[in-house]
Amino acid sequence: MKELVVISGKGGTGKTTLLASFAALAGRSVLADCDVDAPDLYLLAHPEIQSQEEFRAGNVAAINRERCTRCGRCLEVCRFEAITSDFAVEPLDCEGCGACRVVCPAEAVELRERVAGDWFRGQTKYGPMVYAQLRPAEENSGKLVVLVRKEACALTERDGINLILTDGPPGIGCPVIASLGNADLALVVTEPTPSGLHDLERALALCRHFRVPAMVCVNKFDLNPGLDKQVREFCARTRIAVTESIPFDESVPKAISQGVPLVEFNHGPARRAIEAVWEEVRGNVLREEQSKGP
Amino acid sequence: MPVAAVVGASAVAARESPGAVIAVASGKGGTGKTTVAAGMAIVTGRALLLDCDVEEPNAHLFLRPKITQTEAVTIPVPEIDRERCNLCGRCAEGCQFHAIALIGQQVLVFPELCHGCGTCALACPEDAIREVPRQVGVVECGSAGKIAFVHGRLNVGEPMATPVIRAVKSHLDSRRLTIIDAAPGTACPVVAAVKGSDFCLLVTEPTPFGLSDLRLAVEVMEKLGVPCGVVINRSGDGDEATEGFCRSKELPLLGRIPFDRRVAEAYAHGIHPVYALPEFGRQLEEILDRTLDCARGVKP
Repeated sequence: MKELVVISGKGGTGKTTLLASFAALAGRSVLADCDVDAPDLYLLAHPEIQSQEEFRAGNVAAINRERCTRCGRCLEVCRFEAITSDFAVEPLDCEGCGACRVVCPAEAVELRERVAGDWFRGQTKYGPMVYAQLRPAEENSGKLVVLVRKEACALTERDGINLILTDGPPGIGCPVIASLGNADLALVVTEPTPSGLHDLERALALCRHFRVPAMVCVNKFDLNPGLDKQVREFCARTRIAVTESIPFDESVPKAISQGVPLVEFNHGPARRAIEAVWEEVRGNVLREEQSKGP
Repeated sequence: MPVAAVVGASAVAARESPGAVIAVASGKGGTGKTTVAAGMAIVTGRALLLDCDVEEPNAHLFLRPKITQTEAVTIPVPEIDRERCNLCGRCAEGCQFHAIALIGQQVLVFPELCHGCGTCALACPEDAIREVPRQVGVVECGSAGKIAFVHGRLNVGEPMATPVIRAVKSHLDSRRLTIIDAAPGTACPVVAAVKGSDFCLLVTEPTPFGLSDLRLAVEVMEKLGVPCGVVINRSGDGDEATEGFCRSKELPLLGRIPFDRRVAEAYAHGIHPVYALPEFGRQLEEILDRTLDCARGVKP
Protein backbone atom coordinates (compact mmCIF):
# COMPACT_ATOMS: atom_id res chain seq x y z
CA MET A 1 0.00 0.00 0.00
CA LYS A 2 1.23 3.49 -0.88
CA GLU A 3 0.15 6.85 0.43
CA LEU A 4 0.48 10.19 -1.32
CA VAL A 5 -0.19 13.25 0.84
CA VAL A 6 -0.74 16.71 -0.63
CA ILE A 7 0.32 19.58 1.64
CA SER A 8 1.22 23.21 1.04
CA GLY A 9 2.34 25.33 3.97
CA LYS A 10 0.35 28.28 2.63
CA GLY A 11 -3.40 27.82 2.37
CA GLY A 12 -5.35 28.19 -0.84
CA THR A 13 -2.63 27.02 -3.22
CA GLY A 14 -4.85 24.32 -4.74
CA LYS A 15 -4.35 21.17 -2.64
CA THR A 16 -7.93 19.99 -2.83
CA THR A 17 -8.36 20.86 -6.51
CA LEU A 18 -5.29 18.78 -7.31
CA LEU A 19 -6.17 15.91 -5.02
CA ALA A 20 -9.70 15.54 -6.39
CA SER A 21 -8.31 15.51 -9.91
CA PHE A 22 -5.78 12.86 -8.91
CA ALA A 23 -8.64 10.78 -7.52
CA ALA A 24 -10.44 11.01 -10.85
CA LEU A 25 -7.27 10.12 -12.77
CA ALA A 26 -6.19 7.31 -10.45
CA GLY A 27 -9.23 5.20 -11.17
CA ARG A 28 -9.57 3.58 -7.79
CA SER A 29 -8.00 4.72 -4.54
CA VAL A 30 -8.90 5.40 -0.92
CA LEU A 31 -9.44 9.11 -0.28
CA ALA A 32 -8.53 10.63 3.09
CA ASP A 33 -9.32 14.26 3.91
CA CYS A 34 -6.93 15.25 6.71
CA ASP A 35 -7.87 18.93 6.70
CA VAL A 36 -10.12 18.25 9.66
CA ASP A 37 -10.50 21.96 10.47
CA ALA A 38 -11.99 22.85 7.13
CA PRO A 39 -12.59 19.69 5.07
CA ASP A 40 -13.58 20.47 1.50
CA LEU A 41 -12.77 17.35 -0.51
CA TYR A 42 -16.29 16.05 0.04
CA LEU A 43 -17.58 18.98 -2.02
CA LEU A 44 -15.83 17.52 -5.09
CA ALA A 45 -15.90 13.79 -4.31
CA HIS A 46 -19.51 13.64 -3.04
CA PRO A 47 -19.21 10.64 -0.72
CA GLU A 48 -22.32 8.73 0.15
CA ILE A 49 -21.97 8.47 3.93
CA GLN A 50 -21.84 4.90 5.24
CA SER A 51 -20.94 5.54 8.85
CA GLN A 52 -20.55 8.47 11.20
CA GLU A 53 -18.89 8.36 14.61
CA GLU A 54 -17.97 10.79 17.33
CA PHE A 55 -14.32 11.50 17.96
CA ARG A 56 -13.47 11.74 21.64
CA ALA A 57 -10.13 13.10 22.72
CA GLY A 58 -8.68 15.24 25.44
CA ASN A 59 -10.30 16.38 28.63
CA VAL A 60 -11.96 19.33 30.15
CA ALA A 61 -11.93 19.96 33.88
CA ALA A 62 -15.21 20.23 35.77
CA ILE A 63 -15.41 21.62 39.30
CA ASN A 64 -18.01 20.19 41.62
CA ARG A 65 -19.54 23.23 43.29
CA GLU A 66 -20.73 21.34 46.33
CA ARG A 67 -17.33 19.96 47.14
CA CYS A 68 -15.34 23.06 46.21
CA THR A 69 -14.11 24.96 49.28
CA ARG A 70 -12.96 27.92 47.17
CA CYS A 71 -9.42 27.59 48.53
CA GLY A 72 -7.96 28.88 45.28
CA ARG A 73 -5.20 26.29 44.81
CA CYS A 74 -6.49 25.44 41.33
CA LEU A 75 -6.38 29.10 40.31
CA GLU A 76 -2.76 29.29 41.40
CA VAL A 77 -1.57 26.32 39.37
CA CYS A 78 -3.61 26.69 36.18
CA ARG A 79 -1.28 28.08 33.51
CA PHE A 80 -4.01 28.57 30.92
CA GLU A 81 -6.21 31.03 32.81
CA ALA A 82 -9.03 28.55 32.40
CA ILE A 83 -10.54 28.90 35.88
CA THR A 84 -12.58 31.98 36.67
CA SER A 85 -12.46 33.77 40.02
CA ASP A 86 -15.85 32.19 40.56
CA PHE A 87 -14.33 28.68 40.25
CA ALA A 88 -15.93 27.86 36.95
CA VAL A 89 -13.94 26.28 34.12
CA GLU A 90 -13.79 28.07 30.79
CA PRO A 91 -13.80 25.12 28.34
CA LEU A 92 -12.20 27.13 25.50
CA ASP A 93 -9.13 27.82 27.62
CA CYS A 94 -8.91 24.51 29.48
CA GLU A 95 -6.27 22.22 28.00
CA GLY A 96 -7.42 19.34 30.19
CA CYS A 97 -4.02 18.93 31.84
CA GLY A 98 -5.45 18.12 35.25
CA ALA A 99 -3.07 20.30 37.28
CA CYS A 100 -6.13 21.60 39.15
CA ARG A 101 -7.18 18.05 39.98
CA VAL A 102 -3.76 17.20 41.39
CA VAL A 103 -3.77 20.11 43.83
CA CYS A 104 -7.43 20.19 44.85
CA PRO A 105 -7.60 19.20 48.54
CA ALA A 106 -11.36 18.63 48.37
CA GLU A 107 -11.33 16.29 45.37
CA ALA A 108 -13.75 18.61 43.66
CA VAL A 109 -12.21 18.42 40.19
CA GLU A 110 -13.13 15.83 37.64
CA LEU A 111 -11.66 15.46 34.15
CA ARG A 112 -14.29 14.75 31.51
CA GLU A 113 -13.61 13.47 28.04
CA ARG A 114 -14.34 15.90 25.24
CA VAL A 115 -16.23 15.18 22.06
CA ALA A 116 -13.81 16.96 19.78
CA GLY A 117 -15.14 16.02 16.38
CA ASP A 118 -16.97 13.61 14.10
CA TRP A 119 -15.60 11.31 11.44
CA PHE A 120 -17.20 9.67 8.45
CA ARG A 121 -16.73 6.74 6.14
CA GLY A 122 -18.23 7.08 2.70
CA GLN A 123 -18.22 5.77 -0.83
CA THR A 124 -17.35 7.90 -3.83
CA LYS A 125 -17.15 7.03 -7.50
CA TYR A 126 -13.37 7.09 -7.12
CA GLY A 127 -13.27 4.69 -4.18
CA PRO A 128 -13.98 4.71 -0.45
CA MET A 129 -13.34 7.90 1.52
CA VAL A 130 -12.64 8.83 5.13
CA TYR A 131 -13.03 12.37 6.37
CA ALA A 132 -13.64 14.20 9.59
CA GLN A 133 -14.77 17.47 11.05
CA LEU A 134 -13.29 18.91 14.19
CA ARG A 135 -15.96 20.61 16.30
CA PRO A 136 -15.48 24.39 16.14
CA ALA A 137 -12.75 25.76 18.40
CA GLU A 138 -11.67 22.29 19.58
CA GLU A 139 -8.18 20.92 20.07
CA ASN A 140 -6.63 17.59 19.15
CA SER A 141 -6.83 17.99 15.39
CA GLY A 142 -3.60 15.97 15.14
CA LYS A 143 -5.19 12.96 16.84
CA LEU A 144 -8.21 13.20 14.57
CA VAL A 145 -5.89 13.19 11.55
CA VAL A 146 -4.18 10.07 12.89
CA LEU A 147 -7.59 8.42 13.18
CA VAL A 148 -8.57 9.36 9.61
CA ARG A 149 -5.34 7.92 8.24
CA LYS A 150 -5.66 4.74 10.28
CA GLU A 151 -9.19 4.19 9.01
CA ALA A 152 -8.10 4.93 5.43
CA CYS A 153 -5.42 2.29 5.83
CA ALA A 154 -8.02 -0.19 7.09
CA LEU A 155 -10.13 0.49 3.99
CA THR A 156 -7.24 -0.37 1.66
CA GLU A 157 -7.18 -3.80 3.26
CA ARG A 158 -10.93 -4.21 3.31
CA ASP A 159 -11.31 -3.33 -0.36
CA GLY A 160 -7.94 -4.52 -1.69
CA ILE A 161 -6.85 -1.07 -2.88
CA ASN A 162 -3.16 -0.19 -2.93
CA LEU A 163 -3.22 3.61 -2.96
CA ILE A 164 -4.31 6.26 -0.47
CA LEU A 165 -4.66 9.86 -1.64
CA THR A 166 -4.52 12.18 1.36
CA ASP A 167 -5.55 15.84 1.31
CA GLY A 168 -3.53 17.59 4.01
CA PRO A 169 -4.18 20.80 5.94
CA PRO A 170 -2.29 24.09 5.51
CA GLY A 171 0.46 25.15 7.93
CA ILE A 172 3.26 23.15 9.50
CA GLY A 173 1.81 22.44 12.97
CA CYS A 174 0.23 19.50 14.69
CA PRO A 175 -2.33 18.36 12.05
CA VAL A 176 0.23 18.67 9.24
CA ILE A 177 2.80 16.66 11.17
CA ALA A 178 0.11 14.04 11.79
CA SER A 179 -0.77 13.97 8.06
CA LEU A 180 2.82 13.54 7.00
CA GLY A 181 4.31 10.86 9.23
CA ASN A 182 5.23 7.69 7.29
CA ALA A 183 3.63 8.82 4.04
CA ASP A 184 5.40 7.49 0.94
CA LEU A 185 5.43 10.81 -0.84
CA ALA A 186 4.44 14.37 0.00
CA LEU A 187 3.48 16.62 -2.89
CA VAL A 188 3.98 20.19 -1.71
CA VAL A 189 1.81 22.57 -3.72
CA THR A 190 2.93 26.16 -3.85
CA GLU A 191 2.29 29.33 -5.83
CA PRO A 192 4.83 31.75 -7.32
CA THR A 193 4.41 34.43 -4.67
CA PRO A 194 6.78 35.53 -1.91
CA SER A 195 4.37 33.98 0.62
CA GLY A 196 4.20 30.75 -1.36
CA LEU A 197 7.97 30.47 -1.56
CA HIS A 198 8.46 31.35 2.11
CA ASP A 199 5.91 28.76 3.19
CA LEU A 200 7.23 26.15 0.75
CA GLU A 201 10.66 26.32 2.36
CA ARG A 202 9.15 25.68 5.78
CA ALA A 203 6.94 22.85 4.49
CA LEU A 204 9.93 21.18 2.83
CA ALA A 205 11.96 21.56 6.03
CA LEU A 206 9.13 19.76 7.80
CA CYS A 207 9.24 16.89 5.26
CA ARG A 208 12.99 16.63 5.79
CA HIS A 209 12.54 16.69 9.56
CA PHE A 210 10.17 13.72 9.38
CA ARG A 211 12.10 12.04 6.54
CA VAL A 212 9.20 11.99 4.10
CA PRO A 213 10.23 12.17 0.41
CA ALA A 214 8.85 15.32 -1.19
CA MET A 215 8.04 16.63 -4.65
CA VAL A 216 7.03 20.19 -5.44
CA CYS A 217 4.32 21.49 -7.75
CA VAL A 218 3.94 25.18 -8.64
CA ASN A 219 0.33 26.17 -9.24
CA LYS A 220 -0.71 29.39 -11.05
CA PHE A 221 2.93 29.60 -12.20
CA ASP A 222 2.33 32.21 -14.90
CA LEU A 223 1.32 34.85 -12.32
CA ASN A 224 5.05 35.30 -11.80
CA PRO A 225 7.20 33.11 -14.07
CA GLY A 226 10.33 34.56 -12.46
CA LEU A 227 9.41 33.13 -9.08
CA ASP A 228 8.45 29.82 -10.70
CA LYS A 229 12.01 29.69 -11.98
CA GLN A 230 13.31 30.60 -8.53
CA VAL A 231 11.34 27.70 -7.00
CA ARG A 232 12.87 25.36 -9.58
CA GLU A 233 16.37 26.60 -8.81
CA PHE A 234 15.79 26.29 -5.07
CA CYS A 235 14.52 22.73 -5.50
CA ALA A 236 17.42 21.81 -7.81
CA ARG A 237 19.87 23.00 -5.15
CA THR A 238 18.13 20.95 -2.48
CA ARG A 239 17.64 17.95 -4.83
CA ILE A 240 13.86 17.94 -4.75
CA ALA A 241 11.94 16.98 -7.87
CA VAL A 242 9.59 19.58 -9.32
CA THR A 243 6.62 18.54 -11.44
CA GLU A 244 5.26 20.36 -14.44
CA SER A 245 3.84 23.73 -13.36
CA ILE A 246 0.13 24.47 -13.58
CA PRO A 247 -1.05 27.69 -15.23
CA PHE A 248 -3.51 30.11 -13.70
CA ASP A 249 -6.91 29.10 -14.99
CA GLU A 250 -10.14 30.94 -14.31
CA SER A 251 -12.08 27.73 -14.77
CA VAL A 252 -10.76 26.41 -11.41
CA PRO A 253 -13.28 28.28 -9.22
CA LYS A 254 -15.98 27.40 -11.78
CA ALA A 255 -15.20 23.70 -11.46
CA ILE A 256 -15.37 24.03 -7.68
CA SER A 257 -18.73 25.78 -7.99
CA GLN A 258 -19.97 22.92 -10.15
CA GLY A 259 -18.65 20.49 -7.54
CA VAL A 260 -16.48 18.46 -9.92
CA PRO A 261 -12.73 17.79 -10.09
CA LEU A 262 -11.11 20.07 -12.68
CA VAL A 263 -10.12 17.17 -14.93
CA GLU A 264 -13.81 16.31 -15.31
CA PHE A 265 -14.83 19.93 -15.91
CA ASN A 266 -13.14 21.01 -19.13
CA HIS A 267 -10.12 20.56 -21.36
CA GLY A 268 -8.39 23.80 -20.38
CA PRO A 269 -4.69 24.44 -19.83
CA ALA A 270 -4.78 23.65 -16.10
CA ARG A 271 -6.37 20.26 -16.76
CA ARG A 272 -3.63 19.25 -19.19
CA ALA A 273 -0.97 20.28 -16.71
CA ILE A 274 -2.64 18.39 -13.85
CA GLU A 275 -2.69 15.25 -15.97
CA ALA A 276 1.05 15.62 -16.53
CA VAL A 277 1.62 16.23 -12.81
CA TRP A 278 -0.33 13.10 -11.96
CA GLU A 279 1.77 10.98 -14.33
CA GLU A 280 4.95 12.24 -12.66
CA VAL A 281 3.63 11.78 -9.14
CA ARG A 282 2.22 8.34 -9.87
CA GLY A 283 5.51 7.32 -11.49
CA ASN A 284 7.34 8.46 -8.38
CA VAL A 285 5.11 6.53 -5.99
CA LEU A 286 5.27 3.38 -8.14
CA ARG A 287 9.03 3.63 -8.49
CA GLU A 288 9.30 3.73 -4.71
CA GLU A 289 7.19 0.60 -4.60
CA GLN A 290 9.50 -1.25 -6.99
CA SER A 291 12.65 -0.22 -5.15
CA LYS A 292 11.17 -1.22 -1.80
CA GLY A 293 9.75 -4.47 -3.20
CA PRO A 294 10.61 -7.96 -1.94
CA MET B 1 6.08 53.81 -2.65
CA PRO B 2 6.19 55.18 0.91
CA VAL B 3 3.43 54.01 3.22
CA ALA B 4 2.22 57.59 3.67
CA ALA B 5 1.34 57.91 -0.02
CA VAL B 6 -1.76 55.75 0.26
CA VAL B 7 -3.04 57.12 3.56
CA GLY B 8 -6.56 58.43 3.09
CA ALA B 9 -9.43 59.75 5.12
CA SER B 10 -9.85 56.64 7.25
CA ALA B 11 -6.33 57.10 8.54
CA VAL B 12 -7.37 60.33 10.17
CA ALA B 13 -10.48 58.72 11.66
CA ALA B 14 -8.51 55.76 12.97
CA ARG B 15 -5.86 57.97 14.43
CA GLU B 16 -8.22 60.15 16.35
CA SER B 17 -10.43 57.53 17.84
CA PRO B 18 -9.72 55.13 20.68
CA GLY B 19 -8.21 51.72 20.09
CA ALA B 20 -9.89 48.61 18.82
CA VAL B 21 -8.68 45.07 18.28
CA ILE B 22 -9.70 43.70 14.89
CA ALA B 23 -8.87 40.10 14.01
CA VAL B 24 -8.79 38.90 10.41
CA ALA B 25 -9.53 35.19 10.03
CA SER B 26 -10.99 32.59 7.67
CA GLY B 27 -11.78 28.91 7.75
CA LYS B 28 -10.21 28.30 4.37
CA GLY B 29 -6.60 29.17 3.69
CA GLY B 30 -5.51 31.48 0.89
CA THR B 31 -8.65 33.62 0.84
CA GLY B 32 -6.69 36.84 1.39
CA LYS B 33 -6.44 37.31 5.16
CA THR B 34 -2.91 38.64 5.05
CA THR B 35 -3.63 40.87 2.06
CA VAL B 36 -6.57 42.40 3.94
CA ALA B 37 -4.84 42.62 7.34
CA ALA B 38 -1.61 44.12 6.00
CA GLY B 39 -3.57 46.34 3.60
CA MET B 40 -5.70 47.77 6.41
CA ALA B 41 -2.56 48.50 8.41
CA ILE B 42 -1.06 50.25 5.38
CA VAL B 43 -4.11 52.43 4.69
CA THR B 44 -4.27 53.60 8.31
CA GLY B 45 -0.59 54.45 8.15
CA ARG B 46 -0.29 53.72 11.86
CA ALA B 47 -1.66 50.61 13.46
CA LEU B 48 -0.26 47.72 15.40
CA LEU B 49 -0.17 44.58 13.28
CA LEU B 50 0.15 41.25 15.07
CA ASP B 51 0.80 38.37 12.67
CA CYS B 52 -0.51 35.39 14.63
CA ASP B 53 -0.16 32.87 11.79
CA VAL B 54 2.98 31.56 13.43
CA GLU B 55 3.13 28.39 11.32
CA GLU B 56 3.41 30.38 8.12
CA PRO B 57 3.79 34.08 8.90
CA ASN B 58 3.62 36.20 5.73
CA ALA B 59 2.65 39.77 6.66
CA HIS B 60 6.32 40.79 6.94
CA LEU B 61 6.77 39.99 3.25
CA PHE B 62 4.53 42.96 2.39
CA LEU B 63 5.38 45.35 5.20
CA ARG B 64 9.12 44.65 5.25
CA PRO B 65 9.40 45.85 8.83
CA LYS B 66 12.69 46.69 10.47
CA ILE B 67 12.98 44.13 13.27
CA THR B 68 14.39 45.68 16.41
CA GLN B 69 13.72 43.04 19.02
CA THR B 70 13.69 39.24 19.05
CA GLU B 71 12.41 37.14 21.92
CA ALA B 72 12.64 33.38 22.35
CA VAL B 73 9.34 31.65 23.09
CA THR B 74 9.76 28.81 25.53
CA ILE B 75 7.57 26.40 27.38
CA PRO B 76 8.59 24.84 30.68
CA VAL B 77 9.29 21.10 30.33
CA PRO B 78 10.17 18.64 33.08
CA GLU B 79 13.65 17.52 33.94
CA ILE B 80 13.96 14.55 36.27
CA ASP B 81 16.39 14.53 39.18
CA ARG B 82 17.37 10.85 39.08
CA GLU B 83 18.78 10.93 42.60
CA ARG B 84 15.47 12.04 44.06
CA CYS B 85 13.16 10.09 41.74
CA ASN B 86 11.84 6.91 43.35
CA LEU B 87 10.11 5.68 40.17
CA CYS B 88 6.64 5.92 41.71
CA GLY B 89 5.14 6.86 38.32
CA ARG B 90 2.78 9.58 39.57
CA CYS B 91 4.16 12.02 37.00
CA ALA B 92 3.29 9.68 34.13
CA GLU B 93 -0.16 9.02 35.59
CA GLY B 94 -0.81 12.73 35.99
CA CYS B 95 0.35 13.75 32.51
CA GLN B 96 -2.63 13.85 30.16
CA PHE B 97 -0.46 14.29 27.07
CA HIS B 98 1.72 11.16 27.28
CA ALA B 99 4.75 13.43 27.49
CA ILE B 100 6.27 11.53 30.39
CA ALA B 101 6.44 7.77 30.84
CA LEU B 102 7.83 5.29 33.34
CA ILE B 103 9.53 2.58 31.34
CA GLY B 104 11.35 -0.06 33.35
CA GLN B 105 13.70 1.71 35.73
CA GLN B 106 13.56 5.01 33.89
CA VAL B 107 11.33 8.04 33.59
CA LEU B 108 11.37 9.28 30.00
CA VAL B 109 10.29 12.75 28.89
CA PHE B 110 8.97 13.45 25.37
CA PRO B 111 9.39 17.22 25.21
CA GLU B 112 7.51 17.79 21.93
CA LEU B 113 4.34 16.35 23.47
CA CYS B 114 4.62 18.49 26.61
CA HIS B 115 2.10 21.32 27.03
CA GLY B 116 4.11 22.91 29.82
CA CYS B 117 1.26 22.60 32.30
CA GLY B 118 3.40 21.58 35.28
CA THR B 119 1.09 18.76 36.37
CA CYS B 120 3.99 16.28 36.62
CA ALA B 121 5.89 18.50 39.01
CA LEU B 122 2.77 19.00 41.12
CA ALA B 123 2.12 15.26 41.18
CA CYS B 124 5.68 14.31 42.19
CA PRO B 125 5.83 13.47 45.93
CA GLU B 126 9.66 13.54 45.97
CA ASP B 127 10.14 17.00 44.49
CA ALA B 128 12.25 15.33 41.81
CA ILE B 129 10.94 17.37 38.85
CA ARG B 130 12.41 20.68 37.90
CA GLU B 131 11.00 22.60 34.96
CA VAL B 132 13.41 23.95 32.38
CA PRO B 133 12.59 26.23 29.44
CA ARG B 134 12.50 24.70 25.97
CA GLN B 135 12.38 26.97 22.96
CA VAL B 136 9.52 26.36 20.51
CA GLY B 137 9.70 29.55 18.46
CA VAL B 138 10.51 33.22 18.36
CA VAL B 139 8.67 36.52 18.43
CA GLU B 140 10.05 39.44 16.45
CA CYS B 141 9.02 43.05 16.94
CA GLY B 142 9.74 46.04 14.78
CA SER B 143 8.13 48.71 12.67
CA ALA B 144 7.41 49.75 9.11
CA GLY B 145 7.10 53.52 9.11
CA LYS B 146 4.56 54.26 11.83
CA ILE B 147 3.07 50.77 11.68
CA ALA B 148 4.19 48.74 14.69
CA PHE B 149 4.74 45.12 13.81
CA VAL B 150 4.97 41.87 15.78
CA HIS B 151 5.03 38.36 14.45
CA GLY B 152 5.85 34.88 15.72
CA ARG B 153 7.54 31.96 14.08
CA LEU B 154 6.99 28.39 15.23
CA ASN B 155 10.11 26.23 14.95
CA VAL B 156 9.81 23.67 12.15
CA GLY B 157 8.85 20.29 13.59
CA GLU B 158 7.08 21.74 16.64
CA PRO B 159 3.43 20.73 16.75
CA MET B 160 1.98 23.34 19.11
CA ALA B 161 1.46 26.86 17.83
CA THR B 162 -0.54 28.29 20.74
CA PRO B 163 2.39 29.23 23.05
CA VAL B 164 3.91 31.29 20.22
CA ILE B 165 0.55 32.90 19.42
CA ARG B 166 0.08 33.84 23.08
CA ALA B 167 3.57 35.35 23.09
CA VAL B 168 2.70 37.48 20.04
CA LYS B 169 -0.52 38.59 21.68
CA SER B 170 1.27 39.63 24.84
CA HIS B 171 2.27 42.69 22.75
CA LEU B 172 -1.36 43.66 22.26
CA ASP B 173 -2.05 47.30 23.04
CA SER B 174 -5.75 47.99 23.39
CA ARG B 175 -5.20 51.75 23.23
CA ARG B 176 -4.19 51.49 19.60
CA LEU B 177 -5.86 50.18 16.53
CA THR B 178 -4.59 46.61 16.54
CA ILE B 179 -4.99 44.26 13.58
CA ILE B 180 -4.50 40.55 14.14
CA ASP B 181 -3.73 38.26 11.20
CA ALA B 182 -4.86 34.75 12.22
CA ALA B 183 -3.98 31.32 10.85
CA PRO B 184 -6.57 29.54 8.69
CA GLY B 185 -8.78 26.86 10.19
CA THR B 186 -11.18 26.45 13.08
CA ALA B 187 -9.02 24.89 15.79
CA CYS B 188 -6.91 26.09 18.71
CA PRO B 189 -4.56 28.39 16.73
CA VAL B 190 -7.54 30.43 15.52
CA VAL B 191 -9.06 30.49 19.00
CA ALA B 192 -5.78 31.69 20.51
CA ALA B 193 -5.39 34.41 17.86
CA VAL B 194 -8.95 35.77 17.84
CA LYS B 195 -9.97 35.43 21.49
CA GLY B 196 -10.51 38.76 23.18
CA SER B 197 -10.76 40.75 19.94
CA ASP B 198 -13.45 43.39 19.62
CA PHE B 199 -14.41 42.19 16.18
CA CYS B 200 -13.39 39.60 13.63
CA LEU B 201 -13.36 40.13 9.91
CA LEU B 202 -13.88 36.83 8.07
CA VAL B 203 -12.41 36.82 4.59
CA THR B 204 -14.01 34.35 2.21
CA GLU B 205 -14.18 33.58 -1.49
CA PRO B 206 -17.37 32.93 -3.47
CA THR B 207 -16.95 29.18 -4.02
CA PRO B 208 -18.52 26.23 -2.22
CA PHE B 209 -15.13 25.74 -0.44
CA GLY B 210 -15.17 29.32 0.76
CA LEU B 211 -18.76 29.11 1.95
CA SER B 212 -18.36 25.76 3.69
CA ASP B 213 -15.34 27.04 5.60
CA LEU B 214 -17.01 30.38 6.33
CA ARG B 215 -19.88 28.58 8.05
CA LEU B 216 -17.38 26.79 10.28
CA ALA B 217 -15.48 29.98 11.05
CA VAL B 218 -18.73 31.69 12.05
CA GLU B 219 -19.43 28.85 14.48
CA VAL B 220 -16.03 29.39 16.06
CA MET B 221 -16.76 33.11 16.47
CA GLU B 222 -20.14 32.33 18.03
CA LYS B 223 -18.40 30.06 20.52
CA LEU B 224 -15.82 32.73 21.29
CA GLY B 225 -18.46 35.42 21.59
CA VAL B 226 -16.58 37.64 19.13
CA PRO B 227 -18.87 39.58 16.76
CA CYS B 228 -17.92 39.19 13.12
CA GLY B 229 -18.51 40.42 9.61
CA VAL B 230 -17.66 39.13 6.17
CA VAL B 231 -15.53 40.29 3.25
CA ILE B 232 -15.90 38.50 -0.07
CA ASN B 233 -12.57 38.42 -1.84
CA ARG B 234 -12.27 37.63 -5.57
CA SER B 235 -15.92 38.59 -5.73
CA GLY B 236 -17.81 38.02 -8.96
CA ASP B 237 -19.87 35.04 -10.04
CA GLY B 238 -21.29 33.10 -7.16
CA ASP B 239 -21.54 35.76 -4.48
CA GLU B 240 -25.25 35.07 -4.01
CA ALA B 241 -24.79 31.96 -1.87
CA THR B 242 -22.44 33.82 0.49
CA GLU B 243 -24.79 36.81 0.61
CA GLY B 244 -27.69 34.51 1.44
CA PHE B 245 -25.71 32.91 4.24
CA CYS B 246 -24.80 36.33 5.69
CA ARG B 247 -28.45 37.38 5.64
CA SER B 248 -29.57 34.20 7.36
CA LYS B 249 -26.97 34.69 10.09
CA GLU B 250 -27.50 38.46 10.25
CA LEU B 251 -23.82 38.97 9.58
CA PRO B 252 -22.77 42.31 8.11
CA LEU B 253 -21.24 42.05 4.64
CA LEU B 254 -18.50 44.63 5.04
CA GLY B 255 -17.12 44.64 1.56
CA ARG B 256 -16.34 42.94 -1.67
CA ILE B 257 -13.00 42.88 -3.40
CA PRO B 258 -13.68 42.10 -7.06
CA PHE B 259 -11.63 39.45 -8.81
CA ASP B 260 -8.80 41.14 -10.68
CA ARG B 261 -5.84 39.34 -12.17
CA ARG B 262 -3.73 42.47 -11.57
CA VAL B 263 -4.24 42.00 -7.81
CA ALA B 264 -2.98 38.43 -8.05
CA GLU B 265 0.01 39.52 -10.13
CA ALA B 266 0.99 42.36 -7.80
CA TYR B 267 0.78 39.95 -4.88
CA ALA B 268 2.87 37.42 -6.79
CA HIS B 269 5.56 40.04 -7.25
CA GLY B 270 5.60 40.84 -3.54
CA ILE B 271 3.90 44.19 -4.05
CA HIS B 272 0.90 44.81 -1.87
CA PRO B 273 -2.05 45.42 -4.22
CA VAL B 274 -2.71 48.66 -2.33
CA TYR B 275 0.37 50.08 -4.02
CA ALA B 276 -0.39 48.63 -7.44
CA LEU B 277 -4.07 49.56 -7.75
CA PRO B 278 -5.41 52.74 -6.14
CA GLU B 279 -8.97 51.37 -6.13
CA PHE B 280 -7.82 48.44 -4.02
CA GLY B 281 -6.66 50.85 -1.32
CA ARG B 282 -9.99 52.64 -1.40
CA GLN B 283 -11.87 49.34 -1.08
CA LEU B 284 -9.80 48.45 1.96
CA GLU B 285 -10.35 51.86 3.52
CA GLU B 286 -14.08 51.43 3.19
CA ILE B 287 -13.90 47.95 4.66
CA LEU B 288 -11.83 49.24 7.56
CA ASP B 289 -14.21 52.13 8.23
CA ARG B 290 -17.23 49.80 8.25
CA THR B 291 -15.38 47.33 10.42
CA LEU B 292 -14.45 49.99 12.96
CA ASP B 293 -18.06 51.20 13.04
CA CYS B 294 -19.17 47.65 13.81
CA ALA B 295 -16.42 47.09 16.36
CA ARG B 296 -17.15 50.32 18.18
CA GLY B 297 -20.87 49.88 17.91
CA VAL B 298 -20.66 46.73 19.96
CA LYS B 299 -18.22 48.13 22.48
CA PRO B 300 -19.62 49.73 25.61
